[in-house]
Amino acid sequence: MCTDLASPQYFPSTAHQQPGLFSANIQLTPQGRLRHFLTIEGLSGELLTEILDTAESFAGIKDQTVKKVPLLRGKTIVNLFFEPSTRTRTTFELAAKRLSADVINFNIATAATSKGESLLDTLRNLEAMNCDMFVVRHADSGAAQFIAQHVAPHVSVINAGDGSHAHPTQAMLDMFTIRRHKKSFAHLCVAIVGDILHSRVARSQILALRQLGVACIRVIAPKSLLPAEVDQMGVEVLHDLTTGLKDADVVITLRLQRERMQGAFIPSEHEYFQLYGLTERRLSVARPDVIIMHPGPINRGVEISSEVADGPRSVILQQVTFGTAVRMAVISMAISGIQAARE
Amino acid sequence: MNLDIAKLLTGLEEQLRTQLTQRAIQNPLMIGIHTGGAWIAEQLHRRLDIRDSLGTLDISFYRDDFSRIGLQPKVRPSNLPLSVDDRHIILVDDVLYTGRTIRAALNEIFDYGRPASVLLVALIVRNGRELPVQADISGADLDLDPEQNIKLSGPEPMTLKIVD
Repeated sequence: MCTDLASPQYFPSTAHQQPGLFSANIQLTPQGRLRHFLTIEGLSGELLTEILDTAESFAGIKDQTVKKVPLLRGKTIVNLFFEPSTRTRTTFELAAKRLSADVINFNIATAATSKGESLLDTLRNLEAMNCDMFVVRHADSGAAQFIAQHVAPHVSVINAGDGSHAHPTQAMLDMFTIRRHKKSFAHLCVAIVGDILHSRVARSQILALRQLGVACIRVIAPKSLLPAEVDQMGVEVLHDLTTGLKDADVVITLRLQRERMQGAFIPSEHEYFQLYGLTERRLSVARPDVIIMHPGPINRGVEISSEVADGPRSVILQQVTFGTAVRMAVISMAISGIQAARE
Repeated sequence: MNLDIAKLLTGLEEQLRTQLTQRAIQNPLMIGIHTGGAWIAEQLHRRLDIRDSLGTLDISFYRDDFSRIGLQPKVRPSNLPLSVDDRHIILVDDVLYTGRTIRAALNEIFDYGRPASVLLVALIVRNGRELPVQADISGADLDLDPEQNIKLSGPEPMTLKIVD
């Protein structure tokens, strides 16, 4: 791992607890259009709705014989993944290819950074190859922001997940999935269940849900899996699953992130399932038309039972399908924002 | 200067009936280009009593000026209800000007399949072509100054104005 990124000066682990630390304005052009997409924080409900509307237009492309539009012909997008990912990297790659961009997958484990090259030198080299966008995933909070602060003016940066800070495209594809099923965000009751502490997805989802006007947002988790700042997130905090699921329109269950747990957060996976695992029986108190979401990958028998994951109310695989359309929207809007600003 | 839309639409309808008969097209698929073209197409679709539902195209993702001006705000989904393979397409737009919109629309249609034929209908055809595109049917041909624009408002009621 390169030394730049390990520096606590750039990536304090408590970054997400200090909202002011991340300047949201860097994401927008002087005209207020998207330039980078790093966090939901600081983006208006109007802009988030524009992303969802644009994604709606891209959603139909999968039905074309030629599943491609020529929009980003001649643009080069680099997937800069410092952390393993299959789904996110693949859907980003698919999104870029469906926009006709050229895609480079930069495997950091075998790249020059492991030979001692600093991250900034790597970036300068990629810029010298005339790349137009970096899609960044990193284990440290603030990594995408750092890269966005240092790239050339013609380059966009998309955050594909940074530490426990943010995963804004995942949040937007979740919003897209909710809107497809529920039409409107007002009057919805959304329950987020599970490992909130380690979840960048939950943080981004809560910000997006609030910005889009959802009044009832509940988080349900044991105390050990809730971040200290949960009280300031504008959500209702519950520790009992049955109470939390009552009359819910949407249930988002999160993966138990064992790889990020260095201490004893839960007694055992078995006990976790007994208390917080999503089962058909537990869901009986939710609304009959409740939809079940999960950002994946799912741990069957840990946070969700197979009958629920594979059941009629599960929209987990739709989330993956919609993920491509939402990423196409974000990629094209960011590149578009830069083009318009340069004109 | 105001143009009478009702008269223009009747003219288009009559010409279209003649062309379809001449070409022996029984069951065409009509597609309107967002936004004005879709309004015109809706009227013609009703008047000609076309069996298959109307398709609409938003050509934003196929425009040739993306690298200059970026994405148009408020892109709408294209909606082609049926396969275009081996179908006779009636493509409808409000104004044929440079020809670039039609170039983009044809490219998009061909990404959905291989139609048997495409017939182009434009409510107004004006001078200023930049590409070798021509309409098969037009409501009116106008010779305008480059700074003049034709503005269609609608959908109900539809009005057509020449703006200097």
